[in-house]
Amino acid sequence: MSQEVIEAPIPGKIVSVSVSVGDTVEEDGELCVLQSMKMQNPILSPVDGKVVEVKIAPEQTVETGDVLIVIEED
Amino acid sequence: MFNKILVANRGEIALRAIRECREMGIGSVAMYSDADADALFMKHADEAFPLGDPEPAASYLNMDKIFDIADKSKAEAIYPGYGFLAENPQFVEACESRGIEFIGPPSKSMHAAKPKHKSRDLMKSHGIPVSPGSDGAIEDESDMAKAFEIAEGIGYPVIVKPSGAGGGIGMKVANSKEELEGAMGYAKSLGSETFGLAAFYLEKYVTHAKHIEFQVMADKKGNTVYVSDRECSVQRRYQKLIEEAPSPVMTPELRREMGDTAVQIAKLLNYVNALTVEFIYDMDEKKYYFNECNTRLQVEHPLTELLTGLNLVKEQIRIAAGEELGYSQDDIQLRGWSIECRINAEDPFMNFMPAPAKIEAWDPPGGFGVRLDAGVYAGYTMPFYYDPLAAKLLSWGNTREEAVATMKRALKEFHIEGIKTNIPFHLVALDNEVFRNGDYTTHFVDEQKLVKQLREMKKAGEIA
Repeated sequence: MSQEVIEAPIPGKIVSVSVSVGDTVEEDGELCVLQSMKMQNPILSPVDGKVVEVKIAPEQTVETGDVLIVIEED
Repeated sequence: MFNKILVANRGEIALRAIRECREMGIGSVAMYSDADADALFMKHADEAFPLGDPEPAASYLNMDKIFDIADKSKAEAIYPGYGFLAENPQFVEACESRGIEFIGPPSKSMHAAKPKHKSRDLMKSHGIPVSPGSDGAIEDESDMAKAFEIAEGIGYPVIVKPSGAGGGIGMKVANSKEELEGAMGYAKSLGSETFGLAAFYLEKYVTHAKHIEFQVMADKKGNTVYVSDRECSVQRRYQKLIEEAPSPVMTPELRREMGDTAVQIAKLLNYVNALTVEFIYDMDEKKYYFNECNTRLQVEHPLTELLTGLNLVKEQIRIAAGEELGYSQDDIQLRGWSIECRINAEDPFMNFMPAPAKIEAWDPPGGFGVRLDAGVYAGYTMPFYYDPLAAKLLSWGNTREEAVATMKRALKEFHIEGIKTNIPFHLVALDNEVFRNGDYTTHFVDEQKLVKQLREMKKAGEIA
């Protein structure tokens, strides 16, 4: 099993988090929504797996490369 | 004339207003959030006052802070630009009660233009063509029951539009009763959550439509003229990307007819200052319908300036100061063709994801027929709090072909590093045959699969 570390692709503000630790997620399932430059950018899971860490909360600002969520791949 | 103007905006439009103030001998006061201390407009304003917290609600939308700055700076007028508080009637009312001149329409005109179902009904009652649809707002269960009958009567597809929304937010096309039910539920909940207004309306959906708008200018004496038409059909998710003027479908007769209608609309609103009247143009039926009024200067207004030589921002300031237009409809002559490409910090290869970052290199194009209204410079970091517009690149030519060729040349000259931009998208769009022949509709970007084409060209190594 490998870990998939989801990082912020761009700076912005987290508007919502769609998953909690322990949730199972599917590939392309929404993990959180990152708002940047007035656009809502859904951050999708690249793999099927289980959420093992959620490092962010709504209203939090993030920089490029900040870890958002960690998923353990199925 | 005013001695001092507070520019209550940011980015390229703030700089634009500051430039006009300088040329007119008016002092300019800028206001800036913590994220904009290094912005280009800050370097050119005569004075600047901090707004603090970069969140729009705490800064550029915060009326208390703005009026505080107006008091401190002793500005006699406020230039709103577009976005932020530019179309907020409460802000205008507050300006009116404080005796500070809002460089735009009176609050009464704004109230007459919004919510959208109200202005639609007003236009309809005066014989202005609106597309077939509901009368008044749809709000409760019984209205919604009637909506199904209306939709059956005019025929699907129909489009559901929240009355309080702008920028295409909450709009949905319905092809059947089931879809209409969903679209109405969506418009209602989104309208009340986002705009505090659950009301919506429905219209016949025009499948092959162009978005054509008219610039209108009106002074305080009631002198009102239309200046030029503009076409803004190259859109992605209701965001305009390329605009041109005139519209390729425009004829002198149609321009006169639509322009006169736009003037009639301005008069119905008792309008003063710059107004844009938006129409939907049905390509199949060759008919136009009133869509909505934008009670402010539009992003794409420089297209009209290039065709007429009229400086619309200066005109706005002159009108607000009580001066008369000084020209009549016959004095307005259009010359040549203009195109605008919005240069946005976004990645066209990554689903147009915004790309706020530091601009490492910024070498803009120049030469005959090129105009650039930029809000950025090399070394500047674009903040993520605000929209991705870095600059507006415009071209002018004697003919449409010439304007397109100049634009392509300018886009290719433009050297930017550090941020991703949509320049590759513009180049592909301008080369597209449907764009070239001028027949394009608001579905152009999707129908021509431009985003996919871009990705394939990148894969094939045809673009870097």
